[in-house]
Amino acid sequence: MKKENSRRSFLKNISLATFSALALSGCNTEVFDEFLQKNFRTLSKKEKDKIIKNLELKYKEKYGKEFHVSDKPAMEGTLFGYALDLSRCVGCRKCVYACVKENNQSREPQIHWIEVLQMEKEKGIDFADSNVQYNPEKVPEKGHFYVPVQCQQCRNPQCVTVCPVKATWQEPDGIVVVDYNWCIGCRYCMAACPYGARHFNWGEPTVPTEEINTEMHYLGNRPRKKGVVEKCTFCIQRTREGKYPACVEICPVGARKFGNLLDPESEIRYILENKRVLVLKQELNTQPKFYYFFGI
Amino acid sequence: MKDKFYVNIKIPVILMTLFIFLIFSCNNKETENAAKAEKDSTKPEIIKTQKVEEYAVEAPPFSDGIYPCTDCHANIVANPERRVLTEWHEDISAIFNHDSENRWCLDCHDLKNRDYLKLASGKLLDFKESYKLCGQCHGEKLRDWKVGVHGKRTGNWNGKKEYLLCVHCHNPHSPKFNELTPLPPPMRPEDIK
Repeated sequence: MKKENSRRSFLKNISLATFSALALSGCNTEVFDEFLQKNFRTLSKKEKDKIIKNLELKYKEKYGKEFHVSDKPAMEGTLFGYALDLSRCVGCRKCVYACVKENNQSREPQIHWIEVLQMEKEKGIDFADSNVQYNPEKVPEKGHFYVPVQCQQCRNPQCVTVCPVKATWQEPDGIVVVDYNWCIGCRYCMAACPYGARHFNWGEPTVPTEEINTEMHYLGNRPRKKGVVEKCTFCIQRTREGKYPACVEICPVGARKFGNLLDPESEIRYILENKRVLVLKQELNTQPKFYYFFGI
Repeated sequence: MKDKFYVNIKIPVILMTLFIFLIFSCNNKETENAAKAEKDSTKPEIIKTQKVEEYAVEAPPFSDGIYPCTDCHANIVANPERRVLTEWHEDISAIFNHDSENRWCLDCHDLKNRDYLKLASGKLLDFKESYKLCGQCHGEKLRDWKVGVHGKRTGNWNGKKEYLLCVHCHNPHSPKFNELTPLPPPMRPEDIK
């Protein structure tokens, strides 16, 4: 008898396989729920609460600690801005590692949201000639200056424009966030970002249990999965509670400034009005809310 | 026969795909509308940085056993002549690098009231308010520091902040920043497994 491997039988089998898989996973409702979970922005309060409760339980099971996952929305009347004093930064990379710790970035494979570029004073800001691998005994090195680069939180974010599934968007307080559950890992956003600020989880991210930060935000530093994109969120879990981002708090030379762009009394507004300010790759019209300035 | 097969399969599949697309597009529109409504609603109140008028900060601790200065100086006859100290405070003499060509101890420390600093006007100043002394020459820095641009602030961007005084970071006798050891560079992409 002729073996039947027509399209019909293929479809029949595949649908059977899908249904049985679904039926099997149906016993474990969590997996099923997570699979069918909607985009974060379309979730109701009730749905969010349920998801967050499940996440907290899941993390507790995995790490054996109490976790707090927040879904606090943007405060009204805030638009976050950041300024970095290029005349002060000495390139010590303390911010890089403070960020890793605060935001539960993967240690292995390594992910750093902040990259510190060493540049030559003679050449000015020149990305082609910059060096992230500098490793002298002491910094700053003579004739060099340092440009830390992280997500520039553009007002016109191209990463958001290109996302085919709307898994990334700009919040009302100006923070560009990623819904790690909705991200399909196509990495279009990484190609679109002119600052190299987005990072892909090529492998299953690992964070040591004793170092994990248990204060989390759903759109921020909660553990990511393999195959999703992540980036700086201005420490959304801190700044929405009124605190400064971790990189601001660690900087030993006070080069990093953060505040509300809508408040005329804020540090950030003072800088914009009184200092020489620049943004990176201005010609691309991304309109960053991350400014670099010369404090001297 | 072949035609019928295609019809059988294709129509449900197409319908299904259309249906899925419909659901997704509906969802997206909803969120867009919601976002728009949020924007259009009444002008929100701006969250303000709490204004701070007072710069009372805990001064950094003195070196062990150095304060109050009068413990020793009360029994010493004051010598107002400019010189390099060799018997006492030689640790400071060794590092002193703060316009050392033109200045020495008594430009900032008071000859008679050893436990106080002295402004150019002759006014005495508590060690806790040393930033006013620094501000005599570095007025621009003082102005920036008062608004939180020079130096470091920690705490809340919209509330209570912790300040550092000039002397927390700068040694007043040798104010230039020391070099730092950098933390390790990132892995090269080719080394990431």
